[in-house]
Amino acid sequence: MIFKLDYFYLLLGALLLMVAAMALFDRHNPRRYSSALFWALYSLIYLAGEQLPPVVAGLVMITMALIAGFGGVTLGRYGSRTEEQRRASARTLGHRLLIPALLIPLTTMIGSTLLKDVKLGDLFLLDPKNATLVSLGCGAVLAVIAACWLTRSTPLQAMREARRLTDYLGWSVVLPHILAVLGLLFSEVGVGKAVAYLVTSYIDMDSRLVAVAVYCAGMALFTIIMGNGFAAFPVMTGGVGIPVLIGVYHANPAMMAAIGMFSAYCGTLMTPMAANFNIVPAALLELPDKNGVIKAQIPTALPLLVVNMALLYFLMYR
Amino acid sequence: MHTAVNLWPLIGVAVIIAGFALRANPVLVVIVACVVTGVAAAMPVLQILSTLGSAFIKTRNLPLILLLPLAAIGLLERYGLKEHAQASIARIKSATAGRLLIVYLLIREVCAAFGLTSIGGHPTMVRPLIAPMAEGAAEARNPQISDRLRHRVRAMAAATDNVGLFFGEDIFVAFGAIVLMQTILRGEGLEVDPLAMALWGMPTAVSAFIIHAWRLKRLDAQIERELAQQIIAAAQAKGASA
Repeated sequence: MIFKLDYFYLLLGALLLMVAAMALFDRHNPRRYSSALFWALYSLIYLAGEQLPPVVAGLVMITMALIAGFGGVTLGRYGSRTEEQRRASARTLGHRLLIPALLIPLTTMIGSTLLKDVKLGDLFLLDPKNATLVSLGCGAVLAVIAACWLTRSTPLQAMREARRLTDYLGWSVVLPHILAVLGLLFSEVGVGKAVAYLVTSYIDMDSRLVAVAVYCAGMALFTIIMGNGFAAFPVMTGGVGIPVLIGVYHANPAMMAAIGMFSAYCGTLMTPMAANFNIVPAALLELPDKNGVIKAQIPTALPLLVVNMALLYFLMYR
Repeated sequence: MHTAVNLWPLIGVAVIIAGFALRANPVLVVIVACVVTGVAAAMPVLQILSTLGSAFIKTRNLPLILLLPLAAIGLLERYGLKEHAQASIARIKSATAGRLLIVYLLIREVCAAFGLTSIGGHPTMVRPLIAPMAEGAAEARNPQISDRLRHRVRAMAAATDNVGLFFGEDIFVAFGAIVLMQTILRGEGLEVDPLAMALWGMPTAVSAFIIHAWRLKRLDAQIERELAQQIIAAAQAKGASA
């Protein structure tokens, strides 16, 4: 393949190394040494990747978490332009500002649908296993080029701006990543089986309504704990769905599966464990309350969970 | 057979719940939960470290989606992307934060249903465009909007992206979740048609749109109510001073 995922790991590693260097020399950052160490360690994960011994990678991860957790990643100074200057250039550039911004989703979309199977000679254009990520990477690079050309700035300035945003994100940058690690660890040691055991052995599912409610609420609750519906689905379907809903009440499996997965998604809307959907956006939008997005979602998620229970209860024989 | 189930790993879950309840830093909570789960599974220290390390390397594709677009977005923000998005929406008289987000919810959900999930996203669409536009529309209605309501509008912009994505993508037949469901049910000896699962997702997808759109209408009402209260308060202050 011509564009491999590995190239974008190296690119991100280089970017993070620049972020580390800029943090180190930023005298306005009150904790510049620990901030620089944090970003340098993260860049090591991307630059060295699989060549890094797993034990070392584990130490890197714990060190990063401790630096971030104890407030070692702080803001510096970024030489931002004033609001007046930004308004003035917004007036001159107008809608052209949207072009580079829209290049990222557009390239990702075209790459992951139309160019997915394109070959040049014997080689795939895009890494076929990671077509979406690779297309997103290409889109991001194209967008930087277009933005530099449009605003007549340099790629170095683009890196400074990347650093401004990563610094604002701070610890929430690594939260989804270490949560994914925790998810893998949970499934390896059998947390799912233990939860399913507790649910099925302490709740009496003799009535169809209770069984439906346990299945849907269990999906949501399990997703709230694990942060991922894909982890909840096999556990609740194997523990309650197949033996009780299908085995005892003869539910339609397709219907039950679809409603089950959507009940899990209701859980995703309500949990800080799904950090990339709930916590990172709160940081990206500079909300003072890190649970602000979750609070905005709960009034949608809870009624929808009840709707799911009703749909499953009334339509399960179709 | 149930006696063989090991309940020790649940200590990790307890750490998570306790940590979030105590409002400790989430990164610390998760790392402590990782170590505790490893210890509860009777792993030696080196094995915990190497399990964590190899999982950390394996999942490093995840942050790419967030981090790679930041350079371009940051540069465009330096040259007024947010200000431009706010100004262009303020020029449309009928635009309100709620209406704008309902349109975005519809686009996001329909696109996701056709497998075009990359059309939205928090770093690529919500931060640079959707949230500033929603905020701009709210500000055009009420220039003295309170910070509380302004943050509420932003949070709803992020929530709208999530709701549209989640409840749209699951009715796309080739989506990972459908494949996962099919594989798991097949493992249990049940053969299920992916198309049937996608079709049975539709009632929930429509309900999600209706519930969330109704809440977005209420957001508009909230903005109007705050404006009305401010006008009344200003009139009373005037009356008191006169």
